[in-house]
Amino acid sequence: MATTAEGFDAHHDDHAHDADHKPGFFARWFMSTNHKDIGTLYLIFAIIAGVIGGAMSGVMRLELAEPGIQYLAGAVEFFGGTADENANLHMWNVFITAHGLIMVFFMVMPAMIGGFGNWFVPLMIGAPDMAFPRMNNVSFWLTVAGFVSLCFSLFVPGTGPNALGAGVGWTVYAPLSTTANSGPAVDFAIFSLHLAGAGSILGATNFITTIFNMRAPGMTLHKMPLFVWSVLVTAFLLLLALPVLAAAITMLLTDRNFGTTFFDPAGGGDPVLYQHLFWFFGHPEVYIMILPGFGMISQIVATFSRKPVFGYLGMAYAMVAIGVVGFIVWAHHMYTVGLDVNTKMYFTAATMVIAVPTGVKIFSWIATMWGGSLEFKSPMVWALGFIFLFTVGGVTGVVLANGGIDDNLHDTYYVVAHFHYVLSMGAVFSLFAGFYYWFPKMSGKMHSEFLSHVHFWLFFIGVNVIFFPQHFLGMNGMPRRIPDYPEAFAYWNSISSIGYMIVLISVAVFFINLIYAFTAGKKVGANPWGEGATTLEWTLSSPPPYHQFETLPVIEDHHDYHDHMPREDKPATA
Amino acid sequence: MMGHIHTRIKFGFMAFFAAALFVMMPQTSFAQETVGADVPPTAASEEVVAGETEAPEASGAYVPMAPTEGKGMPTATEDDMWASMTFQDQYTEDGAYALWMHDKILLPVITVISVFVLFLLLWVIVKYNRRSNPVPSKTTHNTLIEVVWTIVPVIILVVIAVPSITLLARQYETPPEDAVTIKATGYQWYWGYTYPDHGDVEIISNMLSDADAIANGEPAKLAVDNRMVVPAGVPLRIQTTAADVIHAFSVPSLWFKMDAVPGRLNEKLLTIEEPGLYYGQCSELCGARHGYMPIAVEALPMEEFEAWVLEQGGSLPGAEEVAEAAAEEETAEEPAA
Repeated sequence: MATTAEGFDAHHDDHAHDADHKPGFFARWFMSTNHKDIGTLYLIFAIIAGVIGGAMSGVMRLELAEPGIQYLAGAVEFFGGTADENANLHMWNVFITAHGLIMVFFMVMPAMIGGFGNWFVPLMIGAPDMAFPRMNNVSFWLTVAGFVSLCFSLFVPGTGPNALGAGVGWTVYAPLSTTANSGPAVDFAIFSLHLAGAGSILGATNFITTIFNMRAPGMTLHKMPLFVWSVLVTAFLLLLALPVLAAAITMLLTDRNFGTTFFDPAGGGDPVLYQHLFWFFGHPEVYIMILPGFGMISQIVATFSRKPVFGYLGMAYAMVAIGVVGFIVWAHHMYTVGLDVNTKMYFTAATMVIAVPTGVKIFSWIATMWGGSLEFKSPMVWALGFIFLFTVGGVTGVVLANGGIDDNLHDTYYVVAHFHYVLSMGAVFSLFAGFYYWFPKMSGKMHSEFLSHVHFWLFFIGVNVIFFPQHFLGMNGMPRRIPDYPEAFAYWNSISSIGYMIVLISVAVFFINLIYAFTAGKKVGANPWGEGATTLEWTLSSPPPYHQFETLPVIEDHHDYHDHMPREDKPATA
Repeated sequence: MMGHIHTRIKFGFMAFFAAALFVMMPQTSFAQETVGADVPPTAASEEVVAGETEAPEASGAYVPMAPTEGKGMPTATEDDMWASMTFQDQYTEDGAYALWMHDKILLPVITVISVFVLFLLLWVIVKYNRRSNPVPSKTTHNTLIEVVWTIVPVIILVVIAVPSITLLARQYETPPEDAVTIKATGYQWYWGYTYPDHGDVEIISNMLSDADAIANGEPAKLAVDNRMVVPAGVPLRIQTTAADVIHAFSVPSLWFKMDAVPGRLNEKLLTIEEPGLYYGQCSELCGARHGYMPIAVEALPMEEFEAWVLEQGGSLPGAEEVAEAAAEEETAEEPAA
């Protein structure tokens, strides 16, 4: 290690250009090879996609506010179709499909992995950039191309010349997606997933290579910050799961266009095979969406408790365990397809096992705070909100894990409530926590703590008003994915729609906060969060130089770097 | 208009918090109606089957059963807020068991866990904020507590797993030989019910328009023109399949949901405890009118069911079997009820 570090030192002396030299606008943002710029692009992209996906959920909540069909005709005409009953109802399915795909593939994943992962994995491990900077750029633009393809699908025929868009659900189940949606919209949607998936696979290889090979001298795997651990585990999940999705949707594509019958029983195929393939990807996918959030919450809780993470190794290996077990529970999404009883028993048991490492994480976060000196800055309140709401989403997951209980709840609003508690509240709360935590580092400006807190409380109340009543709807029997419902479900739906209005206001506060920060935000130094913030990114200026760590930092050779504690003075092991 | 919305918002909030509080408590008060396990199928059905206009006469002419408020259908909040926040009453033994498991095991456990985590969070917020505790401790490990919070969840999960696996085993019971077979086929966007034991009678079931449903005194979006009529109190062999895309046959008050998959025949035992009208909806996204293909199961006493079958032009299996048995001189055949 010593030689490496000295070698870099020597190299640094020869450098002619200064670390903050930036290319011109076009080269910088369209041909970027800089992990921070690409991270910024991903974050901007995720915010745009999130606004579009969120607007779609607004139309859906509006439509569901009362029984009957009121607004779908307007939506059909907005996309250039001709409103008739069939097209209007089809539009609903297009909305649920696009909302799901956008939020999963173009909001949460790009923000978590592309945005924060790109920005902070190299900074936290003391690397100058990602291992494959140009491939990094390819990943980003593939994701953009995927999003464009998905948007195209909204304007081309789905089930018929009038009914535009892919109305297949984000799961794209055959044969609904093969024979029953014969227009090109589904092809565009499938292609969109191919592109986004390819981008993610490239990104995953980039992260794995970076984390394994480019850690600063002295930073062993067991000294890595937990956010880096979380991205490492996530990258492996992406690498193993996405090719299965790619295979499944390629088979869909050939079933649709080239006469194969992988999923068509008329030719010896099986629609349930598609579901197995999809969920073999789909279940790890939900951990892909939450694990980086776990990592961020760990950093934030430790920072604002001024205390090292409790049970670091347990935390890291809990994520590994969640990742491994996440691959062997997929059929709990398929309890009602007609599984064998032994299969159902196995998947029930295996699914419940996931609660154990998840519980370890929840309790370790609380133990980190226990005895700490908590400061309720904006990232910390979002993290606290995360811990509680993720727990609520987690325990309803334990209910759904029971195959026999799921015989009633499957495909009802209970499921919708459950996965929005872990995503809209879990993943999104961790995204906002991470955003407020790192925004000063990324921009060099401080956001308004007051507006951040207002944003938090409105969002917290809003999402609960939206999603908590959906548990009632589900238990009372309301199926998901329907635009119109029996009168009995009217009340809780109207409450749920009111919640959306609250969230809408909170998102407006978020944007006002952003504008405030960029126009009037105070400049911040290297570390605005104080002594609790001990990871390497806080040793750099805010924003960090265009190229950082031209001299690699050397991590002290003491056994617990991860404890974040300043150790007794001791020469770096150079 | 605005005023109306305001009051609604206000009420909504209060209701939400009341609701949240309520759900936080173990719901011992829910006292779900569970139907006696062994109601003789033929007994005491007259009141329930009271027709909407005229009582079934001696002629035995089938009159569609009028729905009973709060039975076999979701409950509106205005009618009963608590009932609108939980499962529908159950009319099968397995459903009653599953409901018991949810209300008496799962819900208390998840409520206690959520409240416990919330309590711990509030505790650290109050106790360990910067003002109360300016100097943080340096604790980073405690093997005992880490072992405890790994083992205790495992024990809780094992406790849940026992009834869970039991429930799965119960649900998987194979229908007996003499179970009445009904095959539900999902189409875009209606259901077809065939009765292979009864001369292959086929019923096509479409949703009624809102106006027709209300005129019938039935809930809109749940009422159908031709119901799936079944005998109550006897085992039914429900088979599902689909003709085009995947649908799901689902009746919440019977705790019954099974996908209808093209090219597959799914089969499951269902025994409805008492006569009644039980509504459900398609529960797998199946295209534009997915929300408009409800399911209405009308369970009747056996004789009335048989009368209905004959009225539909079907035949009774017993008669055929007896005839066959006679023809083949088999004595082992046992005439079905």
